[in-house]
Amino acid sequence: MNQKTTYLNAGTTIKSWLLTQDHKRIALLYLISITLFFFIGGAAATVIRLSLMTPESTLVTPDTYNKMFTLHGVIMVWFFLIPSIPTVLGNFLVPMMIGARDLAYPRLNLASWYIYILGGIFTLAAIVAGGVDTGWTFYTPYSSMFSNSYVIATAVGVFITGFSSILTGLNFIVTIHQMRAPGLTWFRLPIFLWSLYATSIILVLATPVLAITLLLLMLERVFRIGIFDPALGGDPLLFQHLFWFYSHPAVYIMILPGMGVVSELIPCFSRKKLFGYRFVAFASIAIAVFGFLVWGHHMFVSGQSVYAGMIFSLLSFLVSIPSAIKVFNWTATLYKGQITYSTPMLYALGFIGLFTIGGLTGLFLAALAVDVHVHDTYFVIAHFHYIMVGGMVSAYLGGIHFWWPKITGRIYSEWWGKLAALFLFFGFNLTFFPQFILGYLGMPRRYHSYPPEFQVLHVMSTLGASILAVGYILPFFYLIMSLRYGAKSSNNPWDATGLEWQTESPPTKHNFHTTPTVTLGPYDYSPVTGGFIPQGVQNG
Amino acid sequence: MNSRFSWVPEQASTIAGDVDRATFELMIICSSILILVFGLMLFFGIRYRKGSPHSREIRGGRDQQIEWGWTLTALTLFIYIFASSSLIYFHLYSPPPETSEIMVVGKQWMWKFQHPNGKRELGELHIPVGKPILLTMTSQDVIHSLYVPAFRIKQDVLPGRYSRAWFQATEPGIYRLHCTQYCGTMHAKMGGSIFAMSPSDYLKWLQTEINLSSFESSAGDQIIGPQVQRLTMASRGGRLFTKLGCISCHGFNPGVRAPSLYGIFGKPQGLSTGATAIADENYIRESILNPKAKIVQGYDPVMPSYVGLVNEEDILDLIAYIKSLEGTPTSESVNGPQELTALPSPPPLRSYP
Repeated sequence: MNQKTTYLNAGTTIKSWLLTQDHKRIALLYLISITLFFFIGGAAATVIRLSLMTPESTLVTPDTYNKMFTLHGVIMVWFFLIPSIPTVLGNFLVPMMIGARDLAYPRLNLASWYIYILGGIFTLAAIVAGGVDTGWTFYTPYSSMFSNSYVIATAVGVFITGFSSILTGLNFIVTIHQMRAPGLTWFRLPIFLWSLYATSIILVLATPVLAITLLLLMLERVFRIGIFDPALGGDPLLFQHLFWFYSHPAVYIMILPGMGVVSELIPCFSRKKLFGYRFVAFASIAIAVFGFLVWGHHMFVSGQSVYAGMIFSLLSFLVSIPSAIKVFNWTATLYKGQITYSTPMLYALGFIGLFTIGGLTGLFLAALAVDVHVHDTYFVIAHFHYIMVGGMVSAYLGGIHFWWPKITGRIYSEWWGKLAALFLFFGFNLTFFPQFILGYLGMPRRYHSYPPEFQVLHVMSTLGASILAVGYILPFFYLIMSLRYGAKSSNNPWDATGLEWQTESPPTKHNFHTTPTVTLGPYDYSPVTGGFIPQGVQNG
Repeated sequence: MNSRFSWVPEQASTIAGDVDRATFELMIICSSILILVFGLMLFFGIRYRKGSPHSREIRGGRDQQIEWGWTLTALTLFIYIFASSSLIYFHLYSPPPETSEIMVVGKQWMWKFQHPNGKRELGELHIPVGKPILLTMTSQDVIHSLYVPAFRIKQDVLPGRYSRAWFQATEPGIYRLHCTQYCGTMHAKMGGSIFAMSPSDYLKWLQTEINLSSFESSAGDQIIGPQVQRLTMASRGGRLFTKLGCISCHGFNPGVRAPSLYGIFGKPQGLSTGATAIADENYIRESILNPKAKIVQGYDPVMPSYVGLVNEEDILDLIAYIKSLEGTPTSESVNGPQELTALPSPPPLRSYP
């Protein structure tokens, strides 16, 4: 047996993993840690859904319920969704897609993982100590002066993890600017890289605002310095402005990378060029920029001025245009393609469907008078889960399946893969579609008990969640099984054009034997023959 | 409070129909876009599946027109939705000139209401149908939000300031009332009911006694005794005005140490900084709790703060009293310091955990 040398067997000690500077190994460290956090957040969601089976919660006390939805939000937002695609697929693919050996700052990359873990430890410690009950939004003065739970430890955890985001964003920006292979011009970059570039801009610019906000919150809580609590001379709305100035762009941190993944999958499985490449590329940048100007749409009933409300509403409608453009372009890409329905494609099509519903229901929330009625109800919950879970998690799993043969060198069971994708799609819709109706009927969010007439819809939602859970647990098992029993993958099992496919599966430690030269844009697929021309080839 | 399930929430205010119409319009527009996208995906997905016999030759060249076509179509539709729902929102925030005002105080985890005649309620609000009702609301602790699904209104209730909402109920009935801003352990139970009644029933109801044993006594109750719960808000405020000693500067010789409060409500006041401020509820509240923040021109900042001496309901009573002061002082409205005794020290308004 002549064993190939790959990044996976280039060192086998624990030290060679924990002190690695190889972007591919760091990607796997992230994969393992965010999967762990995903299942912790998922366990909290399970408690929430089970206790909502009955109008009066009999499963947990109100305080426990409040801690569960806070835990779910904090873990899922900062420890799963924000890092998910950038730190796993981004870390693995950014250097490979541009023909580089590694990211610009490999040590910083490793540091960002340790910072992430440190933040995670603080947050988990807060949970073990007794939990936090403020909601992931930490609204003041409840969080700063009234809550009796572990607000500081949690805020410190999130504060620390923010630096991990900043470092990752910085690393991607520098790498994409400086390390592209010869011939790889900006308009030859795969859309995945445009998306990550846009995401990185937000990570670097918005995350410091979150850090400042949490710091101010801690100052008020610990030293009673009046910043947000009116009783101390502060202003509670100031917190909301600062928080959403970060957290609305953060929503785009959570969806732009998913859009990038889907923009890779749709052309490959339709054997067609992406329709409107430049429009899609610029739409990503437009979303990143305009995303900073719409935070006030979270505050239409907060007491901000009516005129501010109108301006934020108008800007919110404008920011929805680039997203609409992307959906239309993906759909147009299917026209006259040679479409196959492999597992990644099922996830990608699921993404378009769920993201479109999530996006369109966002228009209801941007529309002022309608938002007044559905604000802080289950309508909002359903809307953002369609984007975050239906959209981002579908794209993340689609991407994991697509690049799994490259990452591990193994092929997973296609049958189980398709089954899991279908479970996710139907389970998701059954969980969250009833919540749109609940919200319109006036079911407020963050309630441990509710009027009895809502029980039917809540039970439907819980039923859907159990199907959804199967959709999450299945991949966990068959992907791990594939490591041992899966067939060996060829270098380019999908006949894809990207540079990452023009090297071994799994790649060697330095990705390429020689630096590739790029001669074409991405997605040079032929719908007539089903063939393709790779973006570039390794020299010599 | 209909406990049968229904797909559409009850419509019980003048605004509810407009909001539902806007929602329905949006639903039509969004469903059309959704059906278009899903339909095309399905159609292309089947027609152009791998190996199907249909031609894959593309007559390109019109991509730009297609891109701009759908971009501008979406833009036009979205601007239309923006405009139509903004008009309703503007209406929602413009109370008509003649309203009956009800004071609302939110606290963990209950709603307190007070009618102009001084009648107080806890967790229940009785209102007449067919009359615009203005809610002036504040919170004693954290942020709450008052939500009445059947009326399609929702407004955050903040500590340290007054927020407003108005509505006009159309159908007598009992409607759910919720807090929708997460406020701690029993957030889900910080609800109640709105009893919309015919105006004559409402008038009758206003005259009935209400069991006040469930109310905690306010600082004001300790100062002027429990019987005052039968007084109107303004006269209760008037008694507090005397007992708290406000009257000694603002009452007998107004204009010497302190400005007169007659007829100031809603009028601009010139400040020592040269700016002007409208003497509205928020201004009066601030002047009671933090008198040095805005000094009326020509006066020294000598007034002490009343933090800890009055609670939110007392301040609302004082505001009601100041609103009732019109024209110039008369012997009836200034009834002098009757039994100015030392004030008992009331409990602190709020204790921090």
